[in-house]
Amino acid sequence: MSTAVTQTWYMTQRQLMVFTRQPAYAIITLIQPVIWLFLFGGLFKKVVELGGFGTTTYLTYLVPGVVAMSALSSNMWAGMGTLEEIQRGTLNRFLTTPVSRAALMNGNVVNNGLVTAFQSAVIVLLGLAGGADYPGGVGGVAILVLASVLLGTIFGALSNALGMLVRERESIIGINTFLLLPLTFLSSAFMAPSQMPSWMRHVADFNPLNWAMVAGRSALSEHPDWNAVLGRGGALLVLAVAAVWLSIRAFRSYQRSV
Amino acid sequence: MSSTRAPAVEARQLIKTYPGDVTALNGMDVTVEPGTVFGLLGPNGAGKSTTVKILTTLARPDSGTAAVAGHDVLRHPDRVRRAIGVVAQGSGADPVATGRENLRLQGRLYGLTGAALDLRVDELLDRFGLADAGRRPVKGYSGGMRRRLDVALGLVHRPEVLFLDEPTTGLDPEARTAMWDEIDRLAGEEGLTILLTTHYLDEADRLAERVAIVDRGRVVVEGTPDALKGELRGDAVHVELREAVGEGGRTLLDGALSGLPGLHEVLVDGRRVSVRADDGAAAVPALLAALERAGVKVAAATVARPSLDDVYLRYAGRRYSEAEAQSDGGLVLAGGAR
Repeated sequence: MSTAVTQTWYMTQRQLMVFTRQPAYAIITLIQPVIWLFLFGGLFKKVVELGGFGTTTYLTYLVPGVVAMSALSSNMWAGMGTLEEIQRGTLNRFLTTPVSRAALMNGNVVNNGLVTAFQSAVIVLLGLAGGADYPGGVGGVAILVLASVLLGTIFGALSNALGMLVRERESIIGINTFLLLPLTFLSSAFMAPSQMPSWMRHVADFNPLNWAMVAGRSALSEHPDWNAVLGRGGALLVLAVAAVWLSIRAFRSYQRSV
Repeated sequence: MSSTRAPAVEARQLIKTYPGDVTALNGMDVTVEPGTVFGLLGPNGAGKSTTVKILTTLARPDSGTAAVAGHDVLRHPDRVRRAIGVVAQGSGADPVATGRENLRLQGRLYGLTGAALDLRVDELLDRFGLADAGRRPVKGYSGGMRRRLDVALGLVHRPEVLFLDEPTTGLDPEARTAMWDEIDRLAGEEGLTILLTTHYLDEADRLAERVAIVDRGRVVVEGTPDALKGELRGDAVHVELREAVGEGGRTLLDGALSGLPGLHEVLVDGRRVSVRADDGAAAVPALLAALERAGVKVAAATVARPSLDDVYLRYAGRRYSEAEAQSDGGLVLAGGAR
């Protein structure tokens, strides 16, 4: 067991290097959130006057949505990295060593989780610098970050599974571009649920991206609705476990197809 | 004595098919004695890489048995993994990490830590001429440096059996010669068994003590390069024709040439006629005259000492370059996932 844990850490470290050694990459991933928060947020500043947002400023309302969006959009490309490792021969090299098979998969999950947590925290701080306020305090921020990590785990694991099963970039690119905008707009990221057309609001209830936003937004508010937080958070956890299970299945299927 | 020890690699009747009814292995047998260099020679898609994947626990055969370093690959893959080093066609060193970091991680996966790990990594970097480059990210390495790092990665834990899958494919001639020298040095190391696959005839000839020629998923002939070449009596005479002959012309040529003294094994293959002759140079005039009588125009004639190419032609029934060209089509897919 302890070997598997140590080896998971080796694998995580290895993957983290991609992020830490290429600061430009880390900065690029923050460009989009900055645009959403400050350009989009500035442009639509007044929508908050429509009411139903539950926050005093639009920026405060936007932060949880942008955190969840970037968790989604950065993790859904995880499969590209896995695909590259397969094509480069890295994965097969590890498979011929005695390394724990679980460590190979866990390394991905832990790495994606750490990177997502870091990005989420930076976005929260950017919001703070721009004047957003978080009545829910540090505990609320922690819940938002946790929810975005779970969301990232779901889409990271699905993307990895896809990469291992279909093994072509085009499929990942296709599915991601197909999913990203609908998932984003069928959520409460930009608009208070009470202001959304009712069919969109109902669809959003089934959108995991929305679950992360609702849980995080509620935890950050002055009077969190803990039932909503636990309900959405629990659902995210269940989906994350299911997605990781699926990616383990995909990994086994990859091993059989070598 | 090595002859009384168990083989380092022993595979029996391996069969492996991939989805789409592609037969990659069709009764593959390989035995490698400990401490020797064994070459699997064949064109792309012949089944070399699939064999290596099974022997290195990456893939499972549909049927057949295989043991490496005395451990069954199916029942005790973990023991096999500890005993082997693998240098695949793409070993995939991490491009963002330095050479040293790649080696350190590889060592850790085998349980090396602390001073022992540091020592081993330094030793390998020195030995493979990467002492300075070891501090730089791998993405800046040349092809030859990457390949040397790949080999070093396979040696980190001092394996008993080293698999080299096409070690010089894609290298420039200079890097290729350097890699050959390196493999020669490895072969001299006590107790290390090397199984290498190659589609270069000269490479197998140069490096391997024993060679198995693989064609369409099984071994067609095996022996020392000298013995294989020795089985072909005399010289090889190759005649290039102006135009290819069809089935009819082939029988005609066979008839015209079979009566000539000192000639054996006439093989007509499109525009090429290959003949074995006790004395190549002496046979050429009579051969050319016979071809002229048969009404065939000759473009060129060469005489050569037997090469592994001739061995391949004889046992696989087709010329090596032709098998290579064919494999660029469907057979490459037979290798399955890269």
